[in-house]
Parts: sequence; C-alpha cells; structure tokens
Amino acid sequence: MIRLAILDTGSGNLASVKQAVEQAAETAEIAVKVAVTTSVADIRAADRIILPGQGAFAAVKKGLDALDGMQDALEERVRAQGAPFFGICVGMQILFERGLEHGVSFGLGWFGGQIAPMDPKGPDGQPLPLPQMGWNALDFEEGYHPVLDGIEAGSHVYFVHSYAAIGHDEDFVIATTDYGGPVVAMMARANIVAAQFHVEKSGDVGLTMLGNFLRWEP
Amino acid sequence: MLALRVIPCLDVKEGRVVKGVNFLALRDAGDPVEQARLYDREGADEITFLDIAATAENRDTILEVVSRTARQVFIPLTVGGGVRSVEDVRRLLLAGADKVSINSAAIAEPELVRRAAEAFGSQAIVVAIDAKQVAPGQWAIFTHGGRRETGIDAVAWATRMAALGAGELLVTSMDRDGTRQGFDTALLEAIRAAVRLPIVASGGVGEVGHFVAGAAAGATGLLAASVFHFGQFRIADAKVALAAAGLPVRPIPLRARSA
Repeated sequence: MIRLAILDTGSGNLASVKQAVEQAAETAEIAVKVAVTTSVADIRAADRIILPGQGAFAAVKKGLDALDGMQDALEERVRAQGAPFFGICVGMQILFERGLEHGVSFGLGWFGGQIAPMDPKGPDGQPLPLPQMGWNALDFEEGYHPVLDGIEAGSHVYFVHSYAAIGHDEDFVIATTDYGGPVVAMMARANIVAAQFHVEKSGDVGLTMLGNFLRWEP
Repeated sequence: MLALRVIPCLDVKEGRVVKGVNFLALRDAGDPVEQARLYDREGADEITFLDIAATAENRDTILEVVSRTARQVFIPLTVGGGVRSVEDVRRLLLAGADKVSINSAAIAEPELVRRAAEAFGSQAIVVAIDAKQVAPGQWAIFTHGGRRETGIDAVAWATRMAALGAGELLVTSMDRDGTRQGFDTALLEAIRAAVRLPIVASGGVGEVGHFVAGAAAGATGLLAASVFHFGQFRIADAKVALAAAGLPVRPIPLRARSA
C-alpha cells in the first residue's frame, strides 16, 4: 500500500487531485492510501508526495510557510531521502527560486529560474488571451521520462496560467507547450517531477501521468 | 497551439437537466451527471452547469450534482447560477467545481468579483455577461433571464470585470440565445478588442459553422446547449468543423474510460 500525501497549502483544488489519483490508482491496479494533509508527520511518513496549487505564487508559498516545519520536512523527505514528488500548477511554480506575481517572493529553489508574467503574441503580433486557459499540446521526446510513458507527444493537457518559468536550466525541462512561443510545461530532476498544467483535469492523459507517477521508481 | 474549447452547457434545475428556448420554455432531459460523463467521453473540453433555479434554500442540490460529477469527470467543470457570495463560491469549489461563474451578483456588488478572485485566484472566477443589443455596435447588460435592463454598457462592463480580477468572461447574447442563428459575433469582437481575458461565446448555436464564426470573432471557448443536448450534432462534429477551418482542436479521446 503506497502512502501518498497531497500537501494542503490552503489553495489547491485538493478534492479533484485526490479523486484523480484514486481513479488513476484504480485503473493501474495500484493500492494507494491518499491523505490530504497539512501535517509534517504525514509528509515525513509519505511514500510519495503531490503538491497542488492554484492562484498566486505568493499566496501558495505563504500557505506553505504557514505550516510550521513543512519546508524542512519537504527538503528532507524529497531532496535528502528521495521520495517521489509531483508539483502541479502553482505547486510547480513554487519549486523555482523566485515568483514575480504580487511582488517578489522566494520559492523552494529546487529549480533555478523564476516565474514571470507571460505576454504571448499570436503570429499576427496581436496579444493572445491571458490567462492561457484551455487544452494545449505537449511537446516532448517520447521515452525520455517515465511519468510520460504511454503518452503520445502532441497529446493535449489543460493549462490555466498567466505566469511561466524563465531563466531556468533547459536540462530539466522535459516538456514544453506553444503559446506564442515555447512555454515550460513540465520539469524534472531526480525524484522530482512538476507540471504547469492541471494533471488532474487533463482527462485520460492526466490520469495516465498520475498512474505513471504512482509506479515511478526514480 | 492552444485548442479552441467546445463546451456543452447543462442547465440544471433541482438536480435535473433542462434547456430553455429563450430562457422560457423548459424541457427536461435527464441526469446532469450522466450527461456530463457522456460529453466527457465524446470529447467535450469542459463542462458547464448552470443552476437556473438557484435559491438559498436549494443550494445543496447543485452541490451534490457537482460533487458527483467531479468524482467521475476529469476535465474542467464550471458552475454558475445563483452565486451571491464568496461563501457560495467556496462551497462550489470545495464540491469540485474548477471555475465558478458570477452573474447578477456582480452587477449588484462588483467588489464580489475582486473578493472572490483574491480568495481563490482569478483562474477560478468567471464573470457571466448577458448582453442584448440596444443600438448599432452597442450592447447592454440584462439580468433576470433577459427581462431586466441594467443600462450598463457590455464592453465597459467586461473591461471593469477584467480589472476586478475575473479570469474569464462568459458572454451570452440574449438576442441570440435559443434562436439557433449563431453567436452575436459583433458583440464578441467588441469585447475581444477591449479585454485580454479568454472569452467563452454563448447563445445562438444552430449549426457547426457557428463555432467557426465564434472562434473567428475571438472567442476561445464555444458554448452550446440544446444542439448537443437534443442530438442535433455531436461534440465531434463541432471539432471536425473547426479543424476543417484550420483551427486547433483537441482530438476526441480514442478510448472511453471504463464505466
């Protein structure tokens, strides 16, 4: 039985993430006990961790900071001990060094770079709508990362964001999407994977990713 | 390329699906959760529920529908109708809605949009704009299913809602709703020119070509109800028409999830 902790920073669509993980586990026939939690002890005891997040970078980080000892617990359980970790949407963004939404706030720094406002333009030079809201194609090299196993390059996933990664290390980018130019869609290093899009709302493609994450042995 | 979104809307009253012609004549056609599952399997890009008879007393009915849907449908779900407070938004989001649409309450109290966006993020807040043409190139906001004019200019209102933190605009032409004559593309173009938010076009779809016209007018979400609901055509037909016009769509999923 895998103990999977969904970390509640007070700003995620936690029920949706939990239900999607449970559906993915059922389809993949993996026994998972999912706990939506704010508890440091749960994070320290978790086999796998998902960090969802919605809204502003600063608000999600503040929610994390409000949980006493949580950042240390994540550093230890994820960075030192290697528990597989999945950051989703703003849960990906706060893994970078800095966010520039509503002033400058500091992230966990697991990836270099910052999260900056987007200003996408169409082929005609006209501004594209913001947020990027909807299904966009994932560009990636098939076979490169286990969390993308069984997913065809070009599959669509559901994005909602107005801020995106800049100044990051390209070596850790495993998938991009195109919205007026390439936009970071997924990052990965060692036992950490992260997605800018809403994995839990990306239909069968998202459920496949979550199933892969549950099986992933980094 | 970001795909255009084809969005079936389910009008829900007391937990059952209905669809009005010009918001008046209602016909019952089933369980909203089953309908949502079907649309998901058929390739809908989002689902919208509009609780058309929402009152303080019957809020729990829609919450239960939303919660059951969110356990079975893993694409975005927008819920509107009778949303009057930050607490209403919170309860719908907790039940499993991804976006909550605010309509009349924004007119009564525009600051509600700001407070809701601050509490839950702009991505969760849709402002629904029901507009009717009042002069050439001019539209006004109407409430109460199109019966009451507010005197508010629709384009100015869209701009104000964007400034208050709305993450998306659901623009319904009250002139076109139920007529099957197509979206009011001039209205969509006027709002597109004024705001950068994504726009969901609503009201008037009668044939697949209307989706193409809505996209050409600048909407990135294309919403319809009765044409899907009564089987005049299917989600796939709308996507085929968009793709044939050279517009990006998300392909229909190849397999259905096990029931």
